[in-house]
Amino acid sequence: MDTNAPLIETRDIVKHFGSVIALSGVSMSVNRGEVLCLLGDNGAGKSTLIKTLAGVHKPTTGEFLVDGRHVTFTSPRDALDAGIATVYQDLAMIPLMSVTRNFFMGREPTKGVWPLRYVDFDHCAEVTRDEMHKIGIDVRDPNQAVGTLSGGERQCVAIARAVYFGAKVLILDEPTSALGVAQTSMVLKYIHQVRQKGLGVIFITHNVRHAYAVGDRFTVLNRGKTLGTFAKAEIPIDELQNLMAGGKELQVLSSELGGMV
Amino acid sequence: MTDISHVAGHTPAEEIKKIQDERLKEVSFVTKVMRRPELGALAGLILVTIFFIATADPSMFTLAGMMNILSPASQLGILAIAAALLMIGGEFDLSIGSMVAFSGLIFGSFLVLTGWPLLIAIAATFVVAALLGGLNGQLVIRTKLPSFIVTLAFLFILRGLSLVGLKWATGGSTQMRGIGDKAGEGLVREIFSGNALEGLFSWLAAHDIIAKFPNGTPTVTGVPVSIVWFVLFALVATWILLRTRAGNWIFASGGDANAARNSGVPVDRVKTSLFMLTACAATLVAILTVLDAGSTDSRRGFQKEFEAIIAAVIGGCLLTGGYGSAIGAFFGAIIFGMVSIGLTYTRFDSDWFQVFLGAMLLLAVLFNNFIRKKVTGER
Repeated sequence: MDTNAPLIETRDIVKHFGSVIALSGVSMSVNRGEVLCLLGDNGAGKSTLIKTLAGVHKPTTGEFLVDGRHVTFTSPRDALDAGIATVYQDLAMIPLMSVTRNFFMGREPTKGVWPLRYVDFDHCAEVTRDEMHKIGIDVRDPNQAVGTLSGGERQCVAIARAVYFGAKVLILDEPTSALGVAQTSMVLKYIHQVRQKGLGVIFITHNVRHAYAVGDRFTVLNRGKTLGTFAKAEIPIDELQNLMAGGKELQVLSSELGGMV
Repeated sequence: MTDISHVAGHTPAEEIKKIQDERLKEVSFVTKVMRRPELGALAGLILVTIFFIATADPSMFTLAGMMNILSPASQLGILAIAAALLMIGGEFDLSIGSMVAFSGLIFGSFLVLTGWPLLIAIAATFVVAALLGGLNGQLVIRTKLPSFIVTLAFLFILRGLSLVGLKWATGGSTQMRGIGDKAGEGLVREIFSGNALEGLFSWLAAHDIIAKFPNGTPTVTGVPVSIVWFVLFALVATWILLRTRAGNWIFASGGDANAARNSGVPVDRVKTSLFMLTACAATLVAILTVLDAGSTDSRRGFQKEFEAIIAAVIGGCLLTGGYGSAIGAFFGAIIFGMVSIGLTYTRFDSDWFQVFLGAMLLLAVLFNNFIRKKVTGER
């Protein structure tokens, strides 16, 4: 394993769906302990790119490297096994199930021999409480339903779950788009913690402020192409905003509305 | 003196602390109880029991009376527990009633027409049922149609096939006789028909612990095997739901199939297995009742699909999936048996049964919805 190589790298990824060109040459990379923000307006190809990284879609052409080695994923399971965990915006948690059952969903540790193989849910509840405590969320009762948690807490549980199960790269699909201010800052704070642990984070958003708050580098997508990647020091927030929204129109709109956009 | 003042100075504070502690524990205990989906069914069972203690002839609550209630409850209960697991997994099976009749036909044919030994006939019937259940499941998954529609189709297909098949097999009758004679005696027969624990009941009667006839045989000679199957199935299903990986997958598949898939749960496999389970539960009921009656007919299991779903809903299952309990369906089925049989012990017209049932269903759903919203923070 080449430790200097990026955790994930794509070179000129192209994805066609029949006659539709969803991605036409996307290059990006994420390093250890880095938050890469993937910015783009609706239809820029963000979802297609995430799904390609997560193993849902196979790229038509282009290179995909994990730890400097070429990989081809045929299913989401392959991506998970390679340490790439994706947290989808609202498809991560089941509200009617307890925090513990959600936390271990799909990866329940078992004890005993078949047919008496069972899951030690008491132990699972302890692990869940500890893991949540580490990120500053006090789940008094891990057996309470996820539906009783706030949106921000749910996102944090989903992220904590991915980290606990050994993810090296986290792909967060618009984790803050449905959240209020306090909830958003809770999630952003946690993304910062995850970065400090040495994980790579791909943070997908169309909110430039949220991206600028935690991002180290920014890759802007437009119409299936990368417009470029910028380090935080290289680009001020206004410029990033303009780049993402296609520049001119937004400036016009901004002056019409008295600089409020 | 100083000792006393010391103690007096501290005791009240410690007592307050202790009381507060107790209150904390009490609250968490109440929440814990509230969180159990079967709470409504248990409360319902207690209410119904109180009602019958007040109105029914005391003979209802003798050992013989209990067996009278539990016998039909157990047959329904086996279906209801399977239906509950499937409902928690997010699907319906309206074909279980018809499946009872169809399995009865298949089982009877294997015994009477092909002359297979009992054990082989039972195993083969379960294989056919599992295949049909699997077909139901695969149709639901591949077509993405609601299971309500797919299994409604099979409600009619299987009922029709049972009629046509019975007439074909018997040369025009809708009843197939002589199954009891062909089944023979032996261990396999004893597992699927008659009474269990007869030795224990004789012993209890001999020691005057339970009622007996003047000649010394107990008035209740044993527990009908269907009740034993019912209790065992309830225990195993509850254990699977609450303590195993498969159980977590069932909740997840019904709660949100997409989220479950994203987390690596094999949703399609879980749902197909559950459809196979309901078909096999219907087959178990068919074998138990056919062996007891010695014959099978085309009306067997008629409308049992609704009764099973009602028992599951009374037991706390949510119609939209992802929430419910097997032990709740167990209680739901007992409520069913108690009301249907219990009314004959009262001065009420036993046709009040259906009114009672409908009202019970409505109450149970309202109560369960209320509790669930409180506990799960659903809005």
